[in-house]
Amino acid sequence: MTRTNKFAAAIGIVVGVATGAFAVHASTEPTPQIIKINASKFHFDPDHIILHKGQPVTLQLTSLDATHGFMIRALKIDTDIKPGKITEVTVTPEATGNYTAICDHYCGLGHGMMKLKVNVEP
Amino acid sequence: MKDRMDRRSFLKISGMSVGIGVVYQFAPMLARRAHADQITDFFKQVNGESPQSFTFAQFSDPHVGFQGPPDPLGTKAFENAVALMNKAPQRPDFVIFTGDLTHDADARDVHAQRMALFKSISSRINTPAIHTVPGENDAALDGGVLYREHFGETHYSFDHKGVHFIALDNVSRGHPEVGADQLAWMKADLARFPKTAPIVVFTHRPLFDLKPEWEWFTADGDDVMNALSPYENVTVLYGHIHRHDFAQRGNAKHYAAQSLIFAFNDPATNADKKQMPFDKDQPFQGLGIRLVGDNPAGNLELTEVELTTQEFGGLSGIQQISKPNEALGRSSSNDAD
Repeated sequence: MTRTNKFAAAIGIVVGVATGAFAVHASTEPTPQIIKINASKFHFDPDHIILHKGQPVTLQLTSLDATHGFMIRALKIDTDIKPGKITEVTVTPEATGNYTAICDHYCGLGHGMMKLKVNVEP
Repeated sequence: MKDRMDRRSFLKISGMSVGIGVVYQFAPMLARRAHADQITDFFKQVNGESPQSFTFAQFSDPHVGFQGPPDPLGTKAFENAVALMNKAPQRPDFVIFTGDLTHDADARDVHAQRMALFKSISSRINTPAIHTVPGENDAALDGGVLYREHFGETHYSFDHKGVHFIALDNVSRGHPEVGADQLAWMKADLARFPKTAPIVVFTHRPLFDLKPEWEWFTADGDDVMNALSPYENVTVLYGHIHRHDFAQRGNAKHYAAQSLIFAFNDPATNADKKQMPFDKDQPFQGLGIRLVGDNPAGNLELTEVELTTQEFGGLSGIQQISKPNEALGRSSSNDAD
């Protein structure tokens, strides 16, 4: 085997090990559930979601008009939702409970009505 | 419940927000404290003023332009509070307004008219100076552009007779926060003061997690209070929650003021935030201002003053509408004491 071939073989082994490691790693992580939520003045759609304790979920947040906020203090979520892009938040609830997400980026006189119920079930 | 204060502690007094008729001997107080000379000399050097007795007042959340429900009386409570203040036996050195001066409006010109009306009503207060900070209704949608046109900068500081006042804006970024730039400004502003200097911060939203799910918090409030934590005498005066609240965090005392338009319900006993319903027999229930005065024991005593139906029918004098404070001792679930 030439020096070049030895090098190529070595790279192949490294890539193979790395790929294998990644595959093993990926297989142990549950795929997050994806929930799409639209925000617009002055409500969230849907306005009620159900999560499950210990199961990761990715919230895909989209604004249909102005900048809104999305805050659930108990789940340590607090982000702005800017129009024209999808804002993703991934969370794994650690406890069951009922929470309320609020818009915490002032968006107008109906701002205080923007709420979304979150039930974390077993 | 009375909130009695040792007159030797300025911070407790300044934290009462409104000083109508206070006969408060600030300089003698300092003379009895170990750090008196340090603070006195410092303020003499900084602004040429020796610490001395003074009073000031806090108004909050008049929401000019709001027309109920729940309150169909518009600016009536605000106007009556101004008249009440002008009946006080001692003119306040200045008045602070802790945000939501106006109710938000979709049309810029309507909102501008509301700001002009606010200035017209507040200008009737018999006081040399008025200092304001914005609430989210005033400044959150346009980043404070219209507010600045009418009232100037949204954050600033000033010294007055031996006390350093800091006006903080925690609304104009839309998200409830002070922001990195303003925080850096505040740290630089504080750096020149000795740790014993009396400091009063006034702002709109609470600087701690009073009730986050009701949006009663400031996201970077911990950063603000950490910057203030080396200072021994810090008082925070705020509005936004339309009801009394007191909380102590470390050296800092936080006092919320009543609104001049409507009250919110008690977060300790209610899951949802609601405006208290209008009562035609008690149209100003839950609205008002505060008094601080001496009592015979030599302590200062806090008294809540609600705008009553008697006051609604015509001013009858401050003595007749003063009520002993029962609300301030009703602390939030977050209270440390």
